[in-house]
Amino acid sequence: MKKTAPFYTSNIEEVESKIFNASRRDFLKLGSILSGGLVLGVSFWSCDSAGKKTGTLSTTAYLSISDTGEVTIVAHRSEMGQGIRTSLPLVVADELGADWSKVKIIQAEGDEKKYGNQNTDGSFSIRMFYKPMREAGAMAKAMLLQAAAKAWGLPIEELDTENGQVIHKGTDKKAGFGEFAGAAASLAVPKAESLQLKADNQFNLIGKDTPIIDLHDIVTGKAGFGSDARLEGMKIAVIKHCPVTGGSVKSVNDTKAKAIPGVLQVITIKGAGLPATLSKPIAGVAVIAENTWAAIKGREALEVEWDLGPNATYNSDEHIEALKKEITKEGTLRRNRGDFKAARAGAQKVIEHTYVAPYLAHATLEPPCALAVVKDGNCEIWAPTQNPQGARDAVAGYIELGADKVKVNITLLGGAFGRKSKPDFILEAAFLAKESGYPIKVQWTREDDIQHDYYHAMSVQHLVATIDANNQLSGWNHHIANPSIGATENEAALQPDDGELMLGASDYPYNVPAIKIETHDAKAHLRIGWLRSVRNIPQAFAICTMMDEVAEARGKDPIEQALELLGEDRNITFAEEMMNGGGYPNYGEDIANYPWNTGRMKAVIERVRKESGWGKQLPKGTGMGFAAHKSFLTYVACVVEVQVDASKKVTINKVHYAVDCGLAVNTDRVKSQFEGGAQFSTSLAMKSAITVKNGIVEQTNFDGYQLIRMPESPKEIHVHIMDSKDKPTGVGEPPVPPYAPALANAIYKATGKRMYGMPLKM
Amino acid sequence: MATYTIQVNGKSHTVEAMEDMPLLWVIRDLLNLPGTKFGCGKALCGACTVHVNGNPVRSCSYPISAVGTASITTIEGLSEQGNHPVQEAWEKLVVPQCGYCQTGQIMTAVALLKQKPNPTDQEIDQAMQGNLCRCGTYNRIKAAIQLAASGKPALP
Repeated sequence: MKKTAPFYTSNIEEVESKIFNASRRDFLKLGSILSGGLVLGVSFWSCDSAGKKTGTLSTTAYLSISDTGEVTIVAHRSEMGQGIRTSLPLVVADELGADWSKVKIIQAEGDEKKYGNQNTDGSFSIRMFYKPMREAGAMAKAMLLQAAAKAWGLPIEELDTENGQVIHKGTDKKAGFGEFAGAAASLAVPKAESLQLKADNQFNLIGKDTPIIDLHDIVTGKAGFGSDARLEGMKIAVIKHCPVTGGSVKSVNDTKAKAIPGVLQVITIKGAGLPATLSKPIAGVAVIAENTWAAIKGREALEVEWDLGPNATYNSDEHIEALKKEITKEGTLRRNRGDFKAARAGAQKVIEHTYVAPYLAHATLEPPCALAVVKDGNCEIWAPTQNPQGARDAVAGYIELGADKVKVNITLLGGAFGRKSKPDFILEAAFLAKESGYPIKVQWTREDDIQHDYYHAMSVQHLVATIDANNQLSGWNHHIANPSIGATENEAALQPDDGELMLGASDYPYNVPAIKIETHDAKAHLRIGWLRSVRNIPQAFAICTMMDEVAEARGKDPIEQALELLGEDRNITFAEEMMNGGGYPNYGEDIANYPWNTGRMKAVIERVRKESGWGKQLPKGTGMGFAAHKSFLTYVACVVEVQVDASKKVTINKVHYAVDCGLAVNTDRVKSQFEGGAQFSTSLAMKSAITVKNGIVEQTNFDGYQLIRMPESPKEIHVHIMDSKDKPTGVGEPPVPPYAPALANAIYKATGKRMYGMPLKM
Repeated sequence: MATYTIQVNGKSHTVEAMEDMPLLWVIRDLLNLPGTKFGCGKALCGACTVHVNGNPVRSCSYPISAVGTASITTIEGLSEQGNHPVQEAWEKLVVPQCGYCQTGQIMTAVALLKQKPNPTDQEIDQAMQGNLCRCGTYNRIKAAIQLAASGKPALP
């Protein structure tokens, strides 16, 4: 089976921290003005996919303390609503003993030599950088204390830091960091092993609620998103994109477009053809104008003849119908335990269903946009990107400049969810800036966004569960078909790779004697990407609704069944049951370091049972549903309570989540990710679907591609965070997978109707 | 193209624009007030909400030729110090996630509270249903509106 680069981890699979006293010159390049003081970088050994150190020493998390005591921390991950610009810097500040209210945070540009991996994806920012950030803070603290001990002639053990000051414990003696910053900078950097990290009960910020640093700017309209980037002399580009994936421009008549006041140029973009790729944009015709409205009007006036290419006959409904016929046949065996055939032959009862889920668009509220200028052989970009390094390399390749001539500045991202990890809109801006000679801001309209996404792939699955004469779940057979992410680069990729299968299918954790997972061919006809929690969405939906049905068939409570089938508290593995040369990637982490622990899963299930009041008497027309699902190394259990009236209107009264993400660094942002995760998932459970006719996406805006609005949204969302000191894991994606099945199970309890397709049809 | 003189945030601005140019692009591109956001261009998401004579209007679908002498308020003009009670409530409850839709949400919420100082749950739902939030901050938005309605919230 052809392997494609996994998306859940970038080329750095291991991060090892080293800290050094960085040159001030390097820091000054970041735009901070320092007259003297301590500048620290945390460095990372980059490793290739085989885990070998590549020898590139790269620095990140620059921390500086000026001689006036100003603490500056560089945020190197992209902020898209998850709060990472706050949550990682606060870790540094806590260890350092800084005054958080006075810490200055600046955003890093995209440069792995300085910052390590900046691909903000796969819910791994906290997981990868929590420890290095603590060490950065502790290192600076150690150096300040050393300098203060010398200046004061006191033993270092009697000193500590607090609120931006060095203090002498037990006396009133104290002085601001600035007093010692200069002297600390001339000290040798202590070894990482010698660092004294805070004990958990000494944290002032870690493990508590900390408001996001951009809060005031956001509510006053001053926050700088990609679409707000401006340059002197900047022009706006709006692009008419080829409506069918892989098509090309045949001819253009731009006479009417150029007659629109303010339109300056019309430029054809050749486009990728097929495969659609991440490294080239879509074929199109760009209208460059003095302002956005003139560009939009100019685009409307364009006359373009397309060569639509082979995807022009594609209809998604027909594709799904065809897959529904194939999905029950024998597929490619991917995981095997025991003898499913025998389990089926000996079953007392067999439950089987086909589950269908549609293509989805990301629909970030900020449509894709990017500003680029190309001048004197250099290109500089300002863009809302999750992956500045990937964008830089793609731009360098596409407009044929050295990667060192391309600089990518990261703005705030007005939503991302995986969409803004792709550089296509940035490539357009760079190309058009080069061709036109102007600084160019590319502005996608909502229609561009909905019709030209890297889509979350549709899904057809078939599940067979067998129950034996002893009323035990004896067999589990999961068939999966979906266009693969890998097909965006390689058209021959027809089946999900190990990374996609890992997302809630090959990691089926229950004690069932026979497990068989099979995959089937599904060709891609659109650009396929990844949306918040990716294949976990349809796979958890099928599994968790089927488990509910199995529990009912066995006369068991679904929560009791989950606890029973998870079995003894222990670490479980999957790799040894993977077939056809496949493996279990465990989200890029060694399963020995980040095990799949049944005890932790059972604990979140028991917590959500208790907090939700599971089992309480409910009035007619109401119901509670349960689902539990681990993804991105975070354990989540969810209970949804709904009311369905006679007109089939669904009211989602309560959502309870229990989450074990290890130590919760910023508890407010953990809660907000789960609150938002429930709302985001309500859209995909109840509303959203992309369909394709004759190769063209049928939805164009929020009238056709619907999202949840306040009146239909869950009324109450309660997030219960497990008290854990374990290594922190991410929370961006894990709220999503268990929500839709818990909702469907709740609706079943309220109505007696099972649902096998998303969005749920009442 | 025509010349228009419009009142935005208490100041008079004269601009040259096509008569069908939506107020959104006048505000963003010609007046350089970027707090008002582009989301859909079809009055479906509310990200571009401004006040026209105190009423919430989707500026993406409101042509400059319709503005006349009306008084326009954008997020930049809502309060001098960014301390309108609704903004303070938003800060107190840490409503935003990515933040892109929030200025539109705030402008709609301010207009609601002006009309109905103590809105019911249903009235909040109704007033806010035109504003999409993809991050899903609806629960905190509602709580912040209730907090603002209950009196001037003090920041912690």
